[in-house]
Amino acid sequence: MTTKADLDKALFEGLCRLGDSTLVLGHRVSEWCGLAPVLEEDIALANVALDLIGQTQLWLGLAAEVEGKGRDADELAFRRDVWEFRNLLLVERPNGDFGHTLMRQFLFDAWHQPMLKALEGSGDSRIAGIAAKAGREVAYHLERSADLVIRLGDGTEESHARMQAALDRLWPYTGEMMAGDSTDAALAEAGIMAAPDSIRPVWDALVAEVLGEATLKAPESTFMHKGGKQGQHSEHLGHMLATMQWLQRAYPDATW
Amino acid sequence: MYAQMVTSEATNDDPAKLVAFQARIDAGEKIEPKDWMPEGYRKTLIRQIGQHAHSEIVGQLPEGNWITRAPTLERKAILLAKVQDEAGHGLYLYCAAETLGVSRDELTEALLSGKMKYSSIFNYPTLTWADMGAVGWLVDGAAIMNQVPLQRTSFGPYARAMVRICKEESFHQRQGYDIMMKMAFGTPAQKAMAQDALNRFWYPSLMMFGPSDKDSVHSAQSMAWKIKMNTNDELRQKFVDQTVPQAEYLGLTIPDPAVKWNEDKGGYDFSEPDWSEFFEVIKGNGPCNAERLEARQKAWDDGAWFRDGLMAHASKRATAKVAAE
Repeated sequence: MTTKADLDKALFEGLCRLGDSTLVLGHRVSEWCGLAPVLEEDIALANVALDLIGQTQLWLGLAAEVEGKGRDADELAFRRDVWEFRNLLLVERPNGDFGHTLMRQFLFDAWHQPMLKALEGSGDSRIAGIAAKAGREVAYHLERSADLVIRLGDGTEESHARMQAALDRLWPYTGEMMAGDSTDAALAEAGIMAAPDSIRPVWDALVAEVLGEATLKAPESTFMHKGGKQGQHSEHLGHMLATMQWLQRAYPDATW
Repeated sequence: MYAQMVTSEATNDDPAKLVAFQARIDAGEKIEPKDWMPEGYRKTLIRQIGQHAHSEIVGQLPEGNWITRAPTLERKAILLAKVQDEAGHGLYLYCAAETLGVSRDELTEALLSGKMKYSSIFNYPTLTWADMGAVGWLVDGAAIMNQVPLQRTSFGPYARAMVRICKEESFHQRQGYDIMMKMAFGTPAQKAMAQDALNRFWYPSLMMFGPSDKDSVHSAQSMAWKIKMNTNDELRQKFVDQTVPQAEYLGLTIPDPAVKWNEDKGGYDFSEPDWSEFFEVIKGNGPCNAERLEARQKAWDDGAWFRDGLMAHASKRATAKVAAE
């Protein structure tokens, strides 16, 4: 039988998986600041990054509350090391060209939106509340990223080639979003979070539809990387944290 | 001030039309894009609005330099929102310039080729987190000094863009000052960073208003047209008068021993910045000129495939629509 302490531990993990994913993706997107291909994209990217950072404050804030050790969202974001991060591997992929950035966003949004929809039905009202708020923002993220993937996939020969290359490169990082482990199972059983594999049918259908319209082809290989949710990351995350956490680490007694 | 040393263009228009135009301006009427206007008025405005727009765009870079290192989630969000506002300001201003018959792409090319300038201030580096405070407090503070009167400028689209921009700029200045307070009242290291930031940004901020223009014919023409509302010296004095007490509140020292209250003029005395440095920065020899333009050029070049892809898709759609009809 699962005790309350076990469940809280699982819940802390589950909330960090959500909050770390939005944090890491929000950070990656914010790296584009001032460098997008067109002014409207600078504005849109800042919007997406802002939404994701705002969601991070809510998810990690709740994680800290559930943990009950006196930490807060900032402490979780800025004072944990790589092995304690629980984000998906997909979101820590470097930005690459704008095509990679957009494709990563679309593959994530296509999971994020239905996941939040499912979380709106959580038995924990705090989670349902955050999911409802975030869901409104993410519906727009998905609309935008899907639209751009279609337009660039079915644009010029070069834009098509770049989007296909991005898809090929990022595809092996998508499986982790729908792969559950014992933490996911415990949370699903308690009616607190949706089981990752329950998102699979919606994700498959959405991705197939958009890629079809974009004239892009999903790779045939079924190999999928995993480990991010359990704290086993790529080399890229450490460099991101070195940048992101530098001030907090260098001046630990300061408040900002 | 985001537009510096904008020389007004000579005008060779019909004298009677010029008189009637000036009468409209003097009566406080707004000039709208479809109204007749002297060629010099149009060209001067394109240059001024364009330079202002470019400053907003290039101005994303020194602050973007710290978004990935912002020390808390809230600070990161505030800085992102601020830089996003700047991109938005650039967008309204390019739109205002477009009403005068110049496209955004033409203006972008003029920026990248060096034909058009942006404010000298963005050629200085942001070296510590305190610089995010100093930029908001001093740089946005100086910009507001200039932009508040421009809400009354004679060209309608520019004046209206400025109303919205000023609201956001005053939020930017407050958040900058808020960072300065945290730093100045923080640990000794934070306070040292705050003083260092003030030391580095003080004179470049004074330079934002441009050199004294009391003898400039161009300025007189721009002022008659209500494109420029105050002299550079008036605005600079106002800025110093506002800023000195704020520095005192923070317990920071203005890096100019000559700063002293002058009862007779009812304002502070202060030293002129080193104008030879200013002219070097304008010429391209500031600490970051090359990096700033390289970054914009790279963004433009790397984004070409994206812009072309969207255009190609739009024309495919249009063709398909025609075929279906």
